[in-house]
Amino acid sequence: MSQAKPRFSPAAVARGALVPVLAIVLWQALSSSGLINQVVLPSPVAVVERWWAYLLPTEPYDPAQSSWILWALSGEMLFDAWSSLYRVVLGFAVGAGLALPLGLAMGGNPRVYALFDPLMQVLRPIPPIAYIPLAILWFGLGNPPAVFLIAIGAFFPVLMNTIAGVRHVDGIYLRAARNLGAGRLTMFVRVILPAATPYILAGARIGIGTAFIVVIVSEMIAVNSGLGFRILEAREFMWSDKIIAGMFTIGLLGLAIDIGMNRLNNHLLRWHRGLEN
Amino acid sequence: MKPMLKSVADTTPVPDAAPVQIQVRGVEKTFAVGAQKIVALQNIDLDIRKGEFICLLGPSGCGKSTLLNAVAGFQPPTKGTVTVDGRTITEPGPDRGMVFQEYALFPWMTVAQNVAFGLEIKGMSKAEIAEKVEWLLQKLHLQDFRNRFPKDLSGGMRQRVAIARVLALDSPILLMDEPFGALDALTRRTLQDELLRIWEEVGKTILFVTHSIEESIYLADRIIVMTYRPGTIKRDVVVDMPRPRDGSAPEFNRLKRELSQMVMEEQQRFSQDEIRSVTAD
Repeated sequence: MSQAKPRFSPAAVARGALVPVLAIVLWQALSSSGLINQVVLPSPVAVVERWWAYLLPTEPYDPAQSSWILWALSGEMLFDAWSSLYRVVLGFAVGAGLALPLGLAMGGNPRVYALFDPLMQVLRPIPPIAYIPLAILWFGLGNPPAVFLIAIGAFFPVLMNTIAGVRHVDGIYLRAARNLGAGRLTMFVRVILPAATPYILAGARIGIGTAFIVVIVSEMIAVNSGLGFRILEAREFMWSDKIIAGMFTIGLLGLAIDIGMNRLNNHLLRWHRGLEN
Repeated sequence: MKPMLKSVADTTPVPDAAPVQIQVRGVEKTFAVGAQKIVALQNIDLDIRKGEFICLLGPSGCGKSTLLNAVAGFQPPTKGTVTVDGRTITEPGPDRGMVFQEYALFPWMTVAQNVAFGLEIKGMSKAEIAEKVEWLLQKLHLQDFRNRFPKDLSGGMRQRVAIARVLALDSPILLMDEPFGALDALTRRTLQDELLRIWEEVGKTILFVTHSIEESIYLADRIIVMTYRPGTIKRDVVVDMPRPRDGSAPEFNRLKRELSQMVMEEQQRFSQDEIRSVTAD
């Protein structure tokens, strides 16, 4: 962090930590008092212990089996987080990869728009979750239905924002580019596409948020790995501490994805005005 | 109104034997605003010689930007024709480089990339582009800003980039739509001087829209004063003063007074129209 911005000054840290610390103290007091059943609400200490156990490798280290790093990463949580992240990235890539070219075509060409818009308007309000029965019917169990659902979740936000982005390109850029002699292809690739990126990236951010919701749901239904699967499995055993530990991990992964998207945004939009930083 | 000065003439004397480059003939432009038909331009005939610096002067709504856009090819006239070197204008092109009041730089490109863009479209080689961009950046004192994005530049700097970008095209004609209108007085004067220096050096034909009387006298060979709705040519004034022109010289001030009177007549018609339209609502 630069010294010019004291975002992490001791006073700011203390202020930021106040409410969380109070909440944890209250939570601990409630469970220590014995008023609430440990199965209904485990103590924070139990959750942290469980989270730690979930993170650590399950097998003892055996140099003959694998390298030290592989062993350190062999914990259940890292495997689950990786499985979920993999599905989010793959599903998002499929959904956004289809939405982007379609959105560019629909935004740039009124005839393409007229052709596709009615279908999109009908499909768009259907929540991705509602595709679950169809997804299982079409793709069975495992990764394919999960990726399908995530792709649908990511598709519409990226599509709608790409259309809006292309349509909202300031006419002055088009005039300037035409004056400089730009043909249709140059105009699209060098002017319309970059001018639309703020919208497209905003759509991508919403899309990956939706993808992350859908991945947890789809893991509760269609697959046997991932963070969503793990917390549902923990419920079977009444391991409420593990449920909360898993939820906490889901939150951390979501935060990591959001930070990653934010970094990407800041890099791609470093030319853009009014960037929060 | 009688001409008060020898230098102010109703008919255009020929300053030199340069050939006519831009020919505007019987241009009319109408817009439909709701049910109302607005005649933005009517009966415009104008000859601009190669290398002339022309200012289009008038209040808001007098059609000066519409005329410029017709020459640029952005808005074809309803009637009449604009020809450049004998060719009728139907669309915009790099032979008529345009500088916009709102700069119109591409914000996702750096200063150097903005200047290079037109050259890349032309299909010049990388080495040629690099050399030319460097030369232009030096010429407009932008060499220390080459890797900045437009958002990090002041208005004056942005307009320098926009000027460098059109100069890169080597177009014989420069069209400028109130390019210095949004700048503070000092920056404005600096850029006016630089524009004159470049104009004298490279000899382009410049068509410059402004509503500043002083700016038009400071810059132009000829000032075309336009009327408010319908937009017609009220007067074609030759400014016969050596450059650099002194804004405090008596000749300058006499011309300024005379032009002010003409422009104010039109400005009043514009204001009355505006008041009418507000009270009608």
